Amino acid sequence: MKLNQLSLFLENRPGRLIEPTRLLAAEGINVMTLCLADTAEFGILRLIVQNPTRAAEVLNAAGWAVNLTEVVAVEVPDQPGGLAEVLGVFEQAGLNVEYVYAFTLRREDRAILVFRFQEPDQAITALQASGHQVLDAERLEALVG
Amino acid sequence: MLKELWNDAAGGFHPASAPDFLPEAALKEVQLRRLRAVVERAYDNVALFHDRLRERDLTPAAIQSLEDIRHLPFTVKADLRDTYPFGLFASPMSEVVRLHASSGTTGKPIVVAYTREDIEVWSEVMARTLACCSLHRGDIVQNAFGYGLFTGGLGAHYGAEALGATVIPISGGNTERQIMVIRDFGVSALFSTPSYFTHLVERASELGIDLRELPLRVGVFGAEPWSDGMRSHIEAAAGISAFDIYGLSEIIGPGVASECPEHHGLHVFEDHFYPEIIDPETGEPLPDGEEGELVLTTLSKRAMPMIRYRTRDITAIIPERCGCGRSLRRIQRIGRRSDDMIIIRGVNIFPSQVEAALLAVEGTLPHYRIILSREQGLDQMTVEVEVTPEVLSDQVRVIEDMRERIAQAIERILGIRVGLRLVEPHSIERSQGKAKRVIDQRGD
Repeated sequence: MKLNQLSLFLENRPGRLIEPTRLLAAEGINVMTLCLADTAEFGILRLIVQNPTRAAEVLNAAGWAVNLTEVVAVEVPDQPGGLAEVLGVFEQAGLNVEYVYAFTLRREDRAILVFRFQEPDQAITALQASGHQVLDAERLEALVG
Repeated sequence: MLKELWNDAAGGFHPASAPDFLPEAALKEVQLRRLRAVVERAYDNVALFHDRLRERDLTPAAIQSLEDIRHLPFTVKADLRDTYPFGLFASPMSEVVRLHASSGTTGKPIVVAYTREDIEVWSEVMARTLACCSLHRGDIVQNAFGYGLFTGGLGAHYGAEALGATVIPISGGNTERQIMVIRDFGVSALFSTPSYFTHLVERASELGIDLRELPLRVGVFGAEPWSDGMRSHIEAAAGISAFDIYGLSEIIGPGVASECPEHHGLHVFEDHFYPEIIDPETGEPLPDGEEGELVLTTLSKRAMPMIRYRTRDITAIIPERCGCGRSLRRIQRIGRRSDDMIIIRGVNIFPSQVEAALLAVEGTLPHYRIILSREQGLDQMTVEVEVTPEVLSDQVRVIEDMRERIAQAIERILGIRVGLRLVEPHSIERSQGKAKRVIDQRGD
């Protein structure tokens, strides 16, 4: 039920973001969403892509340091209160969110929230117990593709 | 020499290795005889050496024992530059069959010459080096030392052929082709600089090739100082036994000294190269066991004899006998050169200390370089470290923690706080020869 997120280390200077994205484009790998955490010196680019294993291979072969992390993706209605409701579940379960980012789908009025936890399995259990739709790679592919 | 009698088993005895096992008295007898001959040859044929002896009222007759070598003047790198290109040759060009040159970082290069006999000696000491590194006939050897003016490539090449190994003269560079050849040709031994091999291991891993699963069993590394931590890293990552070899163009090239399977110091081929350790400040000889600057005298060199050449390399002679049975004395691995030293804000720093700090934190040695700059009259030192996949995290906090641990480890070892910058993989230029670890932008 977890998704594989790619992380890349980038120096914080002009032009660094474009190289990995060009590599993925050349391989025909679609980026579904991304999130960039930045400091004064460097950034960490986190990506959700169609084929994370292939994307990691491509980036590795080009000499990038790539890290794969398991994240939890939840489907919510794209309307006020959607995020707050899910966060309520984690508060109840006493789970700490390391970071979160979100994207909406073109065709449906749905939003996808991507969460990073130290204990993703506990978060999934809590979400399923409260009736939330946790996405696996296949379901995400179906929604986006 | 009957090739049929060679014992080609791994670690077996190669006839060229015989002088490695001479009894001490016999070795000293050879050394004295050769020392007297080479001093005479230099005195008769090299104006600079002749004049220096005359200034001291000395003649070659002053050499009655090996200890008398201390009366002779030193030769330094500047002497080679000042007499550029051929001023220190002791043979007419009609007897010189080879020239090599090393690019100095400043000023003119230095030029070195070999007669046919010199090339034979070089092949012999390199064959002895490789036998010492457990190589034998039947080994398939990939020689990734640079061929050309640099002595590494051809020196190792002739030695490996003299040993009877199969040599692939691939030279440096084109890492992907190197990896393909290692895999497709069933290479069992590789020669390169340690920093280039680290790069090769990293590239193989990126390409999904596990060197540990290939027949590669020995790495012969030289031309730059490298730490024991780097050795453990290389050995584990590539599944090889890594040997340190030592040499310098001014003396002959590679083939001056080599590790044996005991991996405890390097045996000096002292029937050809006589080692002394001196106090670098006073020039006085130091007893075995004490650390100082290595001084070498070429006992059999013809085209370009070097008398008491100051190497600038810091080491000590290990007095104990080696477990491998060789009677040749050993020097400690060279971790630093007296001219590697950086002085920043009055503190003496060696790049090997920065390396030790990085290894302590990351467990493996990342690519790094040291940048020296001057801001408002104050010297600044910044260490740039590449982020490896092993330490990469999706969380900023984890990376910042690691950065702080490295900064603290460097401060603990050096005693001063230095700048630390994390940079992308491959952003530090890879050398195909000697790694350039220090960039001095201070401009004086």
